[in-house]
Amino acid sequence: MRAIKTVNGNAIPLNRADVDTDQIMPKQFLKRIERSGYGPFAFFDWKKDPSFVTNNPAYAGAPIMLAQQNFGCGSSREHAVWGLEDMGITAVIAPSFADIFRNNCSKVGLLTIELPQEDVDYLMSRAEELPGGNITIDVASQTVSVSGTAWSRHFDIDPFVKHRTLNGLDDIGLTLQHADDISKFEESRPALKPDTSRAFTDSLKIG
Amino acid sequence: MPKTIIEKIWEQHVVRTHPGEPDLLYIDLHLVHEVTSPQAFEGLRLTNRKVRRPDLTLATVDHNVPTTDRSLPNPDPLSAQQLETMRQNAKDFAVPLWDIFDLRQGIVHIISPEQGLTQPGMTIVCGDSHTSTHGAFGALAFGIGTSEVEHVLATQTLTQMAPKTMSVEVTGKLAEGVTAKDVVLAIINKIGVDGGVGHVIEYRGEVIRSLSMEGRMTVCNMTIEGGARAGLVAPDEKTIEYLKGRPYAPTGEEWDKAVEAWNALVTDEGAKFDTYVELKGEEIAPHVTWGTTPAQSVPITSSVPKPEDAVSAAAKETAERSLVYMDLKAGTPIEEISIDRVFIGSCTNGRIEDLRAAAAVAKGRKVASTVRAMVVPGSGPVKMQAEAEGLHQIFLDAGFEWREPGCSMCLGMNPDILLPGERAASTSNRNFEGRQGVGGRTHLVSPEMAAAAAIEGHFVDIRRWK
Ligand code: SF4
Repeated sequence: MRAIKTVNGNAIPLNRADVDTDQIMPKQFLKRIERSGYGPFAFFDWKKDPSFVTNNPAYAGAPIMLAQQNFGCGSSREHAVWGLEDMGITAVIAPSFADIFRNNCSKVGLLTIELPQEDVDYLMSRAEELPGGNITIDVASQTVSVSGTAWSRHFDIDPFVKHRTLNGLDDIGLTLQHADDISKFEESRPALKPDTSRAFTDSLKIG
Repeated sequence: MPKTIIEKIWEQHVVRTHPGEPDLLYIDLHLVHEVTSPQAFEGLRLTNRKVRRPDLTLATVDHNVPTTDRSLPNPDPLSAQQLETMRQNAKDFAVPLWDIFDLRQGIVHIISPEQGLTQPGMTIVCGDSHTSTHGAFGALAFGIGTSEVEHVLATQTLTQMAPKTMSVEVTGKLAEGVTAKDVVLAIINKIGVDGGVGHVIEYRGEVIRSLSMEGRMTVCNMTIEGGARAGLVAPDEKTIEYLKGRPYAPTGEEWDKAVEAWNALVTDEGAKFDTYVELKGEEIAPHVTWGTTPAQSVPITSSVPKPEDAVSAAAKETAERSLVYMDLKAGTPIEEISIDRVFIGSCTNGRIEDLRAAAAVAKGRKVASTVRAMVVPGSGPVKMQAEAEGLHQIFLDAGFEWREPGCSMCLGMNPDILLPGERAASTSNRNFEGRQGVGGRTHLVSPEMAAAAAIEGHFVDIRRWK
């Protein structure tokens, strides 16, 4: 995972609620087995509308996306996060996020910042009026600020996610430091829990 | 201190807990499919890691398989490549795979319960948001992303914050013709698409108890559409009865021990939930969604709602967008909405009881000439059972297509899709824009309602329809 300390740049105002991951990354691109290159497919269907916000060249390369409540709902597809990442998005700011999406972002290294509705609305209308307007996110101090103004807000972040984000720590590597705990737990697991090893040999073939 | 079933299962799986960090949770069963796993296996390769517990892992192919004759070459080269990748990964990492020519192949959330692998008190994960289905057995089951799939493959654990708990109680009785699907659509309508965010739900109450195991799976399946990652029903006699004799259920002395452990999985008297929701069974009618989120549903007896009546400005805007996309006018009676396609299947309603219910409606009748209707069994065993009961013949005689098992038009990754502008009655779980095909319009309903709509060419109230 990449480390993120600060994010600085303009923001794409995606002023819609309940944006689901089917919209962020439509199904036809889930057939790919690669991990990269999803950026061009993000919002594929919505982008067919020339007035859709990501088609506005003023927002090209923006590292921040502004969205409305429940962003990333629906399917667990991490491809949605990979698409945003590949578009160059490092942080999404919204009043609320869907659980699985938010979790996926924390694994990939994409900041999800929850701010109160009125603050998101302020940033949204500002980004609509001033497409080049700069926003700075500082992870260590947990602040979002608007360049050239005194506007600044504190955001909450899970301390562990913060630690991982600032240091770009690999989640699996961290867990494997506790491999002994896992082994110990396995020794005491009830034997009557099912296992799938039989699934190799009890095959039921058609024809 | 009295505890909820959710807290009990959680505590039984905590490997490590440390202040300021999420808990490390042990995973009893990891289900894997072709679409969300390739990059996870690739990650293992790149870091030289193994699958820690292939014996607690099971792979199948479902999302991206053709539902037409499988002895023919796969019509889609990308799909073929993804299936081949799954095979290679299963082989390289010694993970068991139920492939398309295995009789047990099917939608991942159908095959695991069917084989008795899904059992009470387990933690179950899968790279698919409808993993909540397994909660019907009193298991803590939730969807994860591909990074987490890799994490579970490598460590058999997940790092998780303890969730908030929500009690959703459905009291009383359901009227004739009202199904588990209608119950869950009513619940989502009440709590909203994000009402359950951060929570795990326990479904309780007389109505939930009265549902069969398959009905409970339908309810738990759609938990994620209300924003909660997991939802469960405490095990009871029905759960135990369902599991008895299944291939992967315990036997002999182990069975007795297991039953004893399962019976202890109840929410203690006096335990507190963070959030409470209550619905009356008598007030639930067959539901039809009219918009592009699963919460946008109304009883069959009503009309497409007016955006002005929405509870908030944001909801009004969403409703307006939805109506444009769905090409519907506010005030149109639901029964007057005509459809072009019908899809009966998916992990929500692709089990044998669903097919029986739809067949009972279709028996001796004909699909309207303006409608193309399709039945896709959720798994190989569901298909075999349906054929043994002659259900396929009822469907074929009525003019429905009868397909091979898979996800099919639920998400339209394979050629089973809606064409732009087509309108469908679907028993699946998502009516998002373009979900079943770019420009396609989806109305979510129960299998009975879908079958009746296929015959009439428009929605009808199954309670009054003869
Ligand atoms: S049937 Fe639909 S919702 Fe269920 S697993 Fe398949 S694609 Fe997902």
